[in-house]
Amino acid sequence: MALKFVTSRCKGCGICAYFCPKKVLTVTELNKAAIAEGKENDCISCGQCEMRCPDYAIFVEREAK
Amino acid sequence: MKEALVEKYFRKGHLPHLWCPGCGNGTVLGAIVTAIDNLKLDKNDVALISGIGCSSRSSGYVDFNTANTVHGRALPIATGLKMARPDMNVVVASGDGDCSAIGGNHLIHAARRNIDLTLVVFNNSIYGMTGGQYSPLTPPGFKATTAPYLTIEPMFDILELARAAGATFTARATSYHVPLLTSLIEKGIAHKGFSIIEAVTGCPTNFGRQNKIAAPALMMAWQRDHGVMKAKWDKMTPEEREGKFPIGLLSERNDVTEYTKAYDEIIKRAQGAEA
Ligand SMILES: Cc1ncc(C[n+]2csc(CCOP(=O)(O)OP(=O)(O)O)c2C)c(N)n1
Ligand code: SF4
Ligand code: SF4
Ligand code: SF4
Repeated sequence: MALKFVTSRCKGCGICAYFCPKKVLTVTELNKAAIAEGKENDCISCGQCEMRCPDYAIFVEREAK
Repeated sequence: MKEALVEKYFRKGHLPHLWCPGCGNGTVLGAIVTAIDNLKLDKNDVALISGIGCSSRSSGYVDFNTANTVHGRALPIATGLKMARPDMNVVVASGDGDCSAIGGNHLIHAARRNIDLTLVVFNNSIYGMTGGQYSPLTPPGFKATTAPYLTIEPMFDILELARAAGATFTARATSYHVPLLTSLIEKGIAHKGFSIIEAVTGCPTNFGRQNKIAAPALMMAWQRDHGVMKAKWDKMTPEEREGKFPIGLLSERNDVTEYTKAYDEIIKRAQGAEA
């Protein structure tokens, strides 16, 4: 699993970070979503960020089985 | 929304869209696209017709048969399309102002005819595009540029209005409840008759700022905390319902003739069949 950020589309609204159940995400000083420090391995691929992002700027890449 | 769907359905070069940071319109459009993909419809068999407003911009971003039309008039234009091409899956995107104020009359008559259109109301409780005037769906007690001392008018329940006028499928979800919203839009498109799905969504810029809830995530959290699934809602007392609203499939009936089907009979009669 990996998170993919399309930074050029992200508007830094913070919706993804607010609802992430594992507090994996943060909005940086540059107003872009990113993985918070120390949370690199915490994502559970629940897809909530991808599902609500109004700008289609964050995706959960699922490994093809 | 899944990345593959952006690739498959969005017009290249049109993203980022022009909606404000945290505007719920992008999330609602994502649910419409996901619903269409789940139904495995061919892009060419789908039309997305919108009126005028921020939410109505949605038709410009996606690669279906689309038209961004006239304020309040998305339903009449969609009606014309459906009459000419009854085989087309016609989805209508309209703001709360677009379809309940200037377009309110068209809404009740489209519902009355039970024509097979799927109307998605982007209800952000405000006129977003023109700077925050209140709409017939703004609740009392909120600020708007046209109500600096708070709104005093009761609001429509647009689903009750549409159901009373004849809509045969009424449902509500929010931009927080994305899987529910997606599945209701899917069911609405599959339903043969007039379907209306109210998507409660946030306008952080022109509703939020005036009403001191400008953080987009807090607007979504409000939707999470105030939308109640119908099964639970049905068991609640009037006191418990205060300030809350029901979500889910609220009404559906399949015993009313759909308009283009009825019109087929007119064509047959006009061509000389026995009346
Ligand atoms: C005939 C006509 N009257 C008024 C307007 C100005 N106008 C443009 S959008 C709009 C209201 C938009 O509000 P809503 O439908 O709720 O959509 P939103 O922008 O909130 O998505 C108005 C009054 C117009 N474009 N055309
Ligand atoms: S929800 Fe989307 S646009 Fe908003 S901060 Fe997260 S990735 Fe960026
Ligand atoms: S997929 Fe879930 S856990 Fe992972 S970052 Fe997104 S919201 Fe957080
Ligand atoms: S003004 Fe409101 S509805 Fe329009 S794009 Fe901005 S947040 Fe969205």
